[in-house]
Amino acid sequence: MDTEILARIQFAFTIAFHYIYPPLSIGIGLIMAIMEGLYLKTGNKQYEVLTRFWLKIFAITFGIGVATGIIMEFEFGTNWSVYSRYVGDIFGSALAAEGLFAFGLESTFLGILLFGWNRVSPKVHFFSTIMVFLGSMFSAVWIVVANSWQQTPAGYHIVGEGFDARAEVTDFWAMVFNPSSVDRIIHVWQGAFLAGTFLVLSVHAYYLLKGRYVEISKKAFKISLVVATIISLTQLLSGHSSADGVAVNQPAKLAAMEGHYEKSAPADLYLFGWVDDETQEVTGIKLPGGLSFLVHQDFEEPITGLNAFPENERPGQVNAVFQFYHIMISIGMFLIGLTLYACYLWWRGTLFDKKWLLKIFAYSVLLPQIANQVGWFAAEMGRQPWIVYGHLRTDEGFSQEVSSNQILFSLILFLVVYTVLFLLFIYSVNKKIKHGPYDEAKNPDEFLKYV
Amino acid sequence: METFLGIDYPTLWYLVVGLLFSGYAILEGFDYGAGAWHLFFKKDLSRRIAINAIGPLWDANQVWLIIGGGALFAGFPVMYATMLSAMYIPFMLFLLLLVLRSSAIKFRSSEEMKWWRTTWDIIYFISNTLIAFLLGVVLGNVLQGFEIGENYTYKGGIFFAFLSPYAIMAGFTTLSLFMTQGAIFLLLKTEGRLHSRLTFLLKKGMIFFIISFAVTSLYTLIFLPGVTDRFKEQPLFFTLPILAFLAVANVPRLVSKKKYFQALIFSSLTMAFLLMLVAFQLYPVLLPSTIDPAFSVTIYNAASSQKSLGIMLTMVVVGAPLLAGYLIFLYKTFNGKVQLDDTSY
Repeated sequence: MDTEILARIQFAFTIAFHYIYPPLSIGIGLIMAIMEGLYLKTGNKQYEVLTRFWLKIFAITFGIGVATGIIMEFEFGTNWSVYSRYVGDIFGSALAAEGLFAFGLESTFLGILLFGWNRVSPKVHFFSTIMVFLGSMFSAVWIVVANSWQQTPAGYHIVGEGFDARAEVTDFWAMVFNPSSVDRIIHVWQGAFLAGTFLVLSVHAYYLLKGRYVEISKKAFKISLVVATIISLTQLLSGHSSADGVAVNQPAKLAAMEGHYEKSAPADLYLFGWVDDETQEVTGIKLPGGLSFLVHQDFEEPITGLNAFPENERPGQVNAVFQFYHIMISIGMFLIGLTLYACYLWWRGTLFDKKWLLKIFAYSVLLPQIANQVGWFAAEMGRQPWIVYGHLRTDEGFSQEVSSNQILFSLILFLVVYTVLFLLFIYSVNKKIKHGPYDEAKNPDEFLKYV
Repeated sequence: METFLGIDYPTLWYLVVGLLFSGYAILEGFDYGAGAWHLFFKKDLSRRIAINAIGPLWDANQVWLIIGGGALFAGFPVMYATMLSAMYIPFMLFLLLLVLRSSAIKFRSSEEMKWWRTTWDIIYFISNTLIAFLLGVVLGNVLQGFEIGENYTYKGGIFFAFLSPYAIMAGFTTLSLFMTQGAIFLLLKTEGRLHSRLTFLLKKGMIFFIISFAVTSLYTLIFLPGVTDRFKEQPLFFTLPILAFLAVANVPRLVSKKKYFQALIFSSLTMAFLLMLVAFQLYPVLLPSTIDPAFSVTIYNAASSQKSLGIMLTMVVVGAPLLAGYLIFLYKTFNGKVQLDDTSY
């Protein structure tokens, strides 16, 4: 295989694996901060038990997130050296800002969060929890800013020609607040909150089904349900706003997301379907003119299709972009329905009576994870063939001096190490869940005797 | 070119990057160094204490690597891209070893089984040792220069070219320096039998360091082009190796007086002086080209725009005091000997 394909596979694999963890830590961090805050406010020891329990799972998740994240920071240089020279002035400064303003904050307070229970006062500990949570939120900001600049470059000019050409910053804040960054930061935060809250919902639904830790599980479930409902509903808004931005800034990506080929015609909205790139036809269930309506509030308004772009300037994998995008949307819709229905039952007072619903919650931990992954796949594959939209092509950006054998070597190592790491993660989280927040054998009548 | 206090921006950024990597070497130096002693401790409890000595600190220490990497990428993108793609294999190994090392810290004590702990102990020991060694190897390669052709493209060997004799020597020097640093740090954090064992080990570590340092210095002076010229141009540079030597000579005295914190300061100073020596030796070159000096990567042809450097210097002015504040708070909280409790690894 050639170097470019291998470099892309390696990057996709390492970033996709990495992206399992940071969203989980951001989401669990939010729930943990709420629980610890409630503990400080009410003095109810149940919240302390919950905080300590989720902190253990947070610690593993955060640790793997950091370890796999360092690799990303250096992989631009090892595998994408042409790209790195081209964008260092801008992209590099966003990464440096992430280190300085976000990563430093979260990693330093992490020590106090994990090991400080017996060393600092509860208030200082709570402060550390908040700092770690904020740090992880800021991290997301700078990373998404860097990526958004690749999607919708702003605040820069191109200097030099040929090999010496590179982007230089002209307006820092225009670069930070480029046309897509705000929508995407919010959307990514929301995806992260859902990843974390659905893990909490899943674990406590499992306890409730088994009849274990009933009292605290009900509390944790309700807290997370409130967050999950608000976030899944509002994520629809940030998603819509983000798609509006794509329509303006990256029309080829939008066209690929709905498999819309005609140069200029009203575009349909598919519930699901299959794109045939050869015949340029989509088979599936659609709302005619639906995309036109979403973008222009008019079913008849034309939308730029893929054929308006030269063959070598449109995404190569239209069907993949279409499928990933639709899987993300379907999961989003399902989560809205699920959380709203659960809230309705809560209002009726029968939330914990329906076993089948708890079962769905127990399994639905996977859904936000899948949505996060496929959402990014749609965003990144939809950007192709560009690595910097409109300026630098992906097939120009990789390290020319690195051989395919070198990448094959590192890729195999990554596959082995990451597989082991993933199994360890599952094993270790599963063990902590099975073990539970406290020892039941010693405290058969709920935990109060224990504390 | 814009300047601040008469110093141009690329030079200022060179100082920032140098400072960040010195901080990384000093702080992660004792973390990696402590890990490189791991299998020299026989008892399970000693090993557990050794890991928990760095337990709350290593994540924060690692920040220096992340910021250093970001600073290099942002300020000298050409250097970042050329060095990393030319040193592909050592950097990939380095990164994977970092992952293994973090996993070992997290998972080692999570199970009681003997085979489990022994396996992780071995992984932890090997990863720390090799990380320290590889960092020195990369530094050795940078000092020697790369086969860089036109447009900063690397023309050298692909798989094993990085393992030159000089690079290996530099690797051992770094490893031994980190091990010295690590042993002193553990002396500071432990008591009892582990502590007495460390006093013994530290002596071995220092001998290891003095031998590798002497050999590497000799090789540098004899075989590396331009080093002696540098000293002739700027005789003041001579003070740096002398200071490094004085600092390291002071360590055994302080250790015998049980002043471990001061000893740690002096071994950190040794590192700082040696890194300054490297920095002055190279300046303004970042990566010498062995093909033609005209192809070398320097702080001027590698630098980002003046505008970008200006923005980042401002960020450093704002961010550095904050970061220093967090670190001081963290180190104060975990001051003193290791005490295992229910939150420990």
